[in-house]
Amino acid sequence: MHRSLKRVLGFAVGLAGVAAMTLSPAMAAEKKDFKVAWSIYAGWMPWGYAADSGLMKKWADKYGISVEIVQINDYVESINQYTAGAFDGCVMTNMDALTIPAAGGVDSTALIVGDFSNGNDGIVLKTGKTVADLKGQKVNLVELSVSHYLLARALDSVGLAEKDLSVVNTSDADIVSVFSSSVDSTAVVTWNPQLAEVAGVKGATKVFDSSKIPGEIIDLMVVNTGTLKDNPKLGKALTGVWYEIMDLMAKGDAKVLEHMAKAAGTDLAGYRAQLASTMMFYKPTGAVVFTTSAQLPRTMDRVRSFSFDHGLLGEGAKTKDAVGMAFPGGKTLGDPNNIKLRFDAEYMAMASEGKL
Amino acid sequence: MGRRIINRHPGRGSALFWGALPFLVLVVLYVTFSALRLAENPNDKLLPAFASIADAIGRMALEPDKRSGDVLLWADTAASLSRLGLGLAGATLLGLTGGIAIGLVPYARAGLAPVVAVLSMIPPMAVLPILFIVFGLDELSKVVLIVIGVAPFLIRDLALKVAEIPSELVIKAQTLGASTWQIVTRVVLPQVVPKLADAVRLSLGPAWLFLISAEAIAAQDGLGYRIFLVRRYLAMDVILPYVAWITVLAFLMDWALRRFNRSVFPWLARGAS
Repeated sequence: MHRSLKRVLGFAVGLAGVAAMTLSPAMAAEKKDFKVAWSIYAGWMPWGYAADSGLMKKWADKYGISVEIVQINDYVESINQYTAGAFDGCVMTNMDALTIPAAGGVDSTALIVGDFSNGNDGIVLKTGKTVADLKGQKVNLVELSVSHYLLARALDSVGLAEKDLSVVNTSDADIVSVFSSSVDSTAVVTWNPQLAEVAGVKGATKVFDSSKIPGEIIDLMVVNTGTLKDNPKLGKALTGVWYEIMDLMAKGDAKVLEHMAKAAGTDLAGYRAQLASTMMFYKPTGAVVFTTSAQLPRTMDRVRSFSFDHGLLGEGAKTKDAVGMAFPGGKTLGDPNNIKLRFDAEYMAMASEGKL
Repeated sequence: MGRRIINRHPGRGSALFWGALPFLVLVVLYVTFSALRLAENPNDKLLPAFASIADAIGRMALEPDKRSGDVLLWADTAASLSRLGLGLAGATLLGLTGGIAIGLVPYARAGLAPVVAVLSMIPPMAVLPILFIVFGLDELSKVVLIVIGVAPFLIRDLALKVAEIPSELVIKAQTLGASTWQIVTRVVLPQVVPKLADAVRLSLGPAWLFLISAEAIAAQDGLGYRIFLVRRYLAMDVILPYVAWITVLAFLMDWALRRFNRSVFPWLARGAS
């Protein structure tokens, strides 16, 4: 009995060791090897190109580090992995940056403001021609996502509220087939490329899209604040490679765009159409102006109100101030002692001054 | 040389200890790593402390939701159990009729056995997108998924059990003048219904799997819906109790079916022991 007990304890200790390695929080310190995650979206395809073309390696080598760019098929899963500490950085929207890592206590910095959705997210109705026709409908969307936020903003604009309709949580992978073939589904909120598909269904009308709320759905490269602070080289390498590719895209380099189109599962024309409804900041100057503008804190205030109303800041949050945010120039929103999401224009400014 | 390990038996108390040990180890591991992560980051959501899990349970099981006014845990449980119940009832009915027909009637076997055998090989999750299109996104497609997932197994299992009935019994019933219907009700049913209940018990696991998968993809309520919804903001304090609750429900259903078998068909247990 004693011997077997010892064996069991030994096994338990071994198990604990394995668990410790996988579950322990990532400790911030100077290091050489980094991992960032991305998922497919029109404005994030450059990250895939950075990995495939070797440009990421070029910039990482320049700063004497290594950066592995990992594509994750499931967007939310990639953010969860980042929040759990498996990645040093990850692409995500402003709302998800607030509600997943920041609300989860992982101090995160929006290193690169890549673009904002300018029509890439929209509401499509089968019966009805205006937002007011949403009343009483069953709406298929990915609940608690930017689609949900867009719906709330659209309803606001006509004096309706969420209780005037019912939302059905529907996987973004199934939204197209459901809307185009099922009579049950009469209204959807989704993003591109699905949006283009559902808007093309016979008789369907796009009644609202993100171009009516420009600059509110923002696509970011978010990195762990502690890691960035200890390793400014990571910030420089990521920003550097980003704007090199932005240059190529702005010039309309067909080879580069073709590569991204293929990776996004579409063709050059299709990808150009997606980019048309994406307000890309091809020049770092534009991104710096956007990030330092007075509009950004106002947008984030709307986003945090929505998030708080839907319980996304976590139950520990008693008010929408629970999770603090910092903006360039020392401006903050919410609890200044619990700043967990920082918008930082410093690295983008370096890029615009050619200091990278 | 001591006694071989295969011949050493734990006593009653010792068995209890060995049974509880893996659970204890899991709890201790969880508490340790939860404390480690929380020390590093008090807002960590991955391994919440038991206190915040208890908080979440109180919130989900006792307080009405701000938006809908429902008490979420119970609303979700009711929605899921009604889908599961309908799905299992449909599958059981199909299993019973199909199984008896295939096992007892040669023409039914010739006509149905091959198609059932082929259908049972289709992975139900693979046809889920088709189900959504054919049956819509509402309750029906979720129930149908459970039926499709479970019924072929029940039919085939029951057909085998019917075929295993000693032919002497069936012949004896015929010499006593029983019609086919009487053979079904007096000879076949008493023998195979308890076995059907056992087969349903074994199908509970797959049935839950199909239910939660369907709820994850498109739903307005349900236990699987909630887990996949709050996953969006990594609310492990809600996910972990929901998983535990599903486990409890599945365990209770298994236990209830076993009790049902024992009390309604006492001859079965008597024969076995």
